[in-house]
Amino acid sequence: MPLPSAGPPWVLDRKDLGLLLASLRSSGYRVIGPRVRDGAILYDEVKEEGELPIGWRDRQEAGTYRLQRSEDLRVFDFHLGPQGWKPYLFPPHHLLWTARKDGGTFRVESGATTDGGPLAFLGVRACELAALRVSERVFEGGVPDPTFRDRRATLLIVAVECSSSAPTCFCPSMRTGPEVTQGFDIVLRELFSPWGHRFLIEAGTDRGRELLQPLPLRAAAEEDLADLEAQRHRVREGIHRALPVEEARGVILANLEHPRWEEVGRRCLACANCTMVCPTCFCSTTEEVPSLSGEETQRYRRWDSCFGLGFTQLHASSVRSSIPSRYRQWMSHKLATWWDQFGSSGCVGCGRCITWCPVGIDLTEEFAALRTKAASTGSRAGGVPA
Amino acid sequence: MSPPRAPPRLAVFKLASCDGCQLTLLDCENELLEVTRHLEIADFREASSAVIEGPYDVALVEGSVTTEEDRRRIQEIRASSSNLVTIGACATAGGIQALRNFADVEEFRRNIYPSPEYIRVLATSTPVRDHVPVDVELRGCPISKHQLLELISALLTHRAPDLPHDSVCVECKRRGNVCVLVARGTPCLGPVTQAGCGAVCPAFDRGCYGCFGPQGTPNAPSMTHRLHELGMSRAEVSRVFRTFNAASPEFRRASEGEEREGESA
Ligand code: SF4
Ligand code: SF4
Ligand code: SF4
Ligand code: SF4
Repeated sequence: MPLPSAGPPWVLDRKDLGLLLASLRSSGYRVIGPRVRDGAILYDEVKEEGELPIGWRDRQEAGTYRLQRSEDLRVFDFHLGPQGWKPYLFPPHHLLWTARKDGGTFRVESGATTDGGPLAFLGVRACELAALRVSERVFEGGVPDPTFRDRRATLLIVAVECSSSAPTCFCPSMRTGPEVTQGFDIVLRELFSPWGHRFLIEAGTDRGRELLQPLPLRAAAEEDLADLEAQRHRVREGIHRALPVEEARGVILANLEHPRWEEVGRRCLACANCTMVCPTCFCSTTEEVPSLSGEETQRYRRWDSCFGLGFTQLHASSVRSSIPSRYRQWMSHKLATWWDQFGSSGCVGCGRCITWCPVGIDLTEEFAALRTKAASTGSRAGGVPA
Repeated sequence: MSPPRAPPRLAVFKLASCDGCQLTLLDCENELLEVTRHLEIADFREASSAVIEGPYDVALVEGSVTTEEDRRRIQEIRASSSNLVTIGACATAGGIQALRNFADVEEFRRNIYPSPEYIRVLATSTPVRDHVPVDVELRGCPISKHQLLELISALLTHRAPDLPHDSVCVECKRRGNVCVLVARGTPCLGPVTQAGCGAVCPAFDRGCYGCFGPQGTPNAPSMTHRLHELGMSRAEVSRVFRTFNAASPEFRRASEGEEREGESA
């Protein structure tokens, strides 16, 4: 595995990690990073190094997540949690504007696009960086969304390369990971071996380089690079799920009529969890909250999903009233029609939708079933026999 | 809903229920004064004994139909109201008292009451919709204050209220909860239940109890299968579907199916 080309690799000792956090915070960033909360590791504000999930990991499978103590004190020895960075750039419920009656006319006042000062994301994984690039095309490709644009413009990204994988991961086949190669201001690669507990650290931008200035770094030695190479090899070896990105669009579009859609529709709860946790799903609806006096109205934007009955409501009824039709919409949008709409895959292979589906529906498995032309009628764990 | 005259006249009626849903109107505290500025509250006996005769622009009806008297009254209420809005699990699904629909009422009457001749009830508890046309339903046990205000606001501005049929999971995720079903293996009815409560229970580490009844397209068979995987017996699954919305068609089918399978096993 070749090393990333940009910049010389430096080493930050584990004991000095807190200095990086301090450097970010003293530069005015509100740092959002992983924390243990409510039985999971999720992204929230981090003020001190001790708040990071040191010595915690997770066990994931389709429809199951469990937080566990790990055998050692690695800092980033866990995988993706219940929600990504999406809520920080595209809030789940957000005031867009307020309109007030003013004599014979009315005045419109925009809502705040940002939520305080600039954010620094600490711990962004390779697939999440890919998701961010997808979201940039979605939110900024045409008429820019002011909320996303303003939050993204000041965002600092400290990526973390995965030092292990979850069984739900399939980034290699989506060509989005697991190695971090682009799109970061700083990247950390945690190494834990007889050679010590330390981070390879690299800056990808000038802003990143400035933030590294005050840190006590040493140049990487041969054993550091050897550890990284071995680790990268282990991570790739550990990933077994796959969904070949090159084939996805063709297979889906050739199988829009396939008995598998009915079959998965019997298992799917139409609960929308997969779209809510997907780092690239962007659908929203608006909500009007007028005051009872009729003098003022507030317009909010809230997350919506193609799994809801109301999503395709036109006049008296819904276009996609059946669950199979909604599952097909979701999967064909993520894997196929996204290419036509945005020039990329809408899926980055993060596996969140697999873990957080209450009945463990796995799009890699659904894809495999569509690809083998023969109709599948069997069921598996989380399924309902016909 | 048909457009009301100004100021619209509102009445609150109750059939078989606990009064908790109409209490939500009083619970509006900060907004209540504003509500009374735009609506004439003509009949609301929980708040005032002063009553203005109908007809009404909007009737909020709480409770299910469980007696002959209820059956007659709901016809009268319908006849005197341009908009009939049912509020709560009792009025929209029959309520907890619909558990009688699965049992023999005659048997309770004889065995439980010292003077059974005074107990005159129907064999079933049914939602208002089974008796008269209903314009809007507000789900929940109790209803959500937020949805009640939305309904009133919609009525005043002559528009359809925003009452999504999405699952509770959608609200749960928007709120930033960690899913208790996936992360803890706690049985949760959120995926088959209609949003509206704001996913309160999962926010406190509990599974959803299904207070708002079935979502727009509930998949109760798949939910049932998952509840078994999480370790619930058929009797337990049957019980979780038999709470406030036991008589809603999808939940009823689920609990009856589990009961049948349990007996034949
Ligand atoms: S579809 Fe699933 S695996 Fe793909 S990006 Fe979305 S959540 Fe991740
Ligand atoms: S998959 Fe559904 S929710 Fe996600 S972006 Fe596409 S239409 Fe929207
Ligand atoms: S695939 Fe899973 S998470 Fe998505 S709507 Fe269906 S049951 Fe819910
Ligand atoms: S906790 Fe319950 S309501 Fe919330 S997402 Fe999970 S299954 Fe849905």
